[in-house]
Amino acid sequence: MPDILHFEFMRNALFAAILSSVACGIIGTYVVVRKIGFISGGIAHTAFGGIGLGYYLGVNPLVGIIPFSLAAALGIGLLTRKAKVAEDTAIGAFWAAGMAIGVILIGLTPGYAPNLFSYLFGNILTVPSSDLKLILMLDLMIALMVWLFSKEFLAISFDEEYARISGLKTVALDLLMLCLIALTVVIMVRVVGIVMVIALLTIPAAVARNFSRTLQGMMALAIAFSVMFSIAGLWLSWVFDVASGATIILVASFVFLVTALMKARGIRLGS
Amino acid sequence: MSEPVIFCDQLCVELGGMKVLRGLSLSVHEGDFLAVLGPNGGGKTTLLRVILGLEKPTSGTVTVFGAPPGFASHQIGYVPQRLFFDREFPISTWEVVMMGRLSRRKLLQRYGRSDREKAAEALEITGLSSLRNRRIGALSGGELQRVLIARALASEPELLLLDEPTASVDPDMKSTIYDLLDKLREHHTIVLVTHDTGTIARHVSRIACLNCTLEMHEKGSTLDRKALESLYRYPVDVVEHIEPHGGSTEEHRDHA
Repeated sequence: MPDILHFEFMRNALFAAILSSVACGIIGTYVVVRKIGFISGGIAHTAFGGIGLGYYLGVNPLVGIIPFSLAAALGIGLLTRKAKVAEDTAIGAFWAAGMAIGVILIGLTPGYAPNLFSYLFGNILTVPSSDLKLILMLDLMIALMVWLFSKEFLAISFDEEYARISGLKTVALDLLMLCLIALTVVIMVRVVGIVMVIALLTIPAAVARNFSRTLQGMMALAIAFSVMFSIAGLWLSWVFDVASGATIILVASFVFLVTALMKARGIRLGS
Repeated sequence: MSEPVIFCDQLCVELGGMKVLRGLSLSVHEGDFLAVLGPNGGGKTTLLRVILGLEKPTSGTVTVFGAPPGFASHQIGYVPQRLFFDREFPISTWEVVMMGRLSRRKLLQRYGRSDREKAAEALEITGLSSLRNRRIGALSGGELQRVLIARALASEPELLLLDEPTASVDPDMKSTIYDLLDKLREHHTIVLVTHDTGTIARHVSRIACLNCTLEMHEKGSTLDRKALESLYRYPVDVVEHIEPHGGSTEEHRDHA
């Protein structure tokens, strides 16, 4: 395998795999223990509007995604927590509206939309160095926020009512966490695309939970699993000459299925 | 007498259009050990939630340590009736008890040595020191109940609010929890919501019967158990037999 690292795009792909794994291992852990996978899916799909905006304005679609996914996080969060709208309704509305905006903006853009497919389904082999810098920045921001708010995030994840009684602003913390999910979506779009983001936000953390006693341990393991899935998927896609994002997802899904079946059959996986 | 720890005056609470508490007046003073008895749906948990600031009163006033509810979080230790949580959640006994220190720490402030000392002390008092690294999902019902008490104690509260701490534990554990409360009452003001009519009279200083409205039974110089029993047996035993399903508050007769 080392000889394929002579190619710059392969080195970039490897960096992208590792950097994106950091974000999805940390944030995915919260997504899994709080069971908010569907919100995350909603945020990811709303972000398609941002891709459309990027094409329309002629800027990097990744930059267009940031306001859209943040707006989705805050919009879904505020509607369900303040206006008492049913969560699945709010998610569904944002999900579809974001995709609709994307379709219209891409339609309004003259010419055709190059690489559109890669934003939908990811292409880790075409991540430019400039995007790696953006991903690294977002990674650092996510890690810093989680480090700063670790005790608060643990409290709202485990026992939100007690957190509120303890004087925490639980709605604000909740919105902050949704915004961090939104930033993770931005990172993951390059690797697996908006359609499959939800898999890497949930599977590595879900597998890691079987072996973890603490949230931090689960995060570390989820990062490791995510790196493993990404590199194995990347390698397999190279060998069989198939789409990289989809292969990464299939590797992850396969491991998830195996561990879930082992668990169902009562085989102890960890502590 | 000094300012009451909890003061309610003509407190009314409606939940979903239903009157849960009607014109309730109550003062709890420092050093009190108050038991609140009453049928299911009689508003016991709601009263605690109002004191904690989780429910807003429809009318009337409530103050806790002289301030509106929700402003004295660091002085209150709350033990919920039952913790609804994911048994697979990767969290240890220690981490749950440390959560009691949240109200003592500002946002972004990290836990320090004093926090760990208080949490260790709370584990010691509740007899959980050997279980500190156990995953919370692997604890028994009685152990979990003690973890919730330990979490409340870790916050160094002046006022302890307990919602049926003995409802889901076996008789052995029940007396352990009451022994623990006997120890705690020396330094804490305690409000305890319970169904345990049998044991409670021996432990508490005052008893309130709550069924939408509140009836207070103060103890005299000596605790007259017989009189107390005749007073509190009615709302608990009788109502539970008439309405085994708890019923709605509207269906309950007003006892006060």
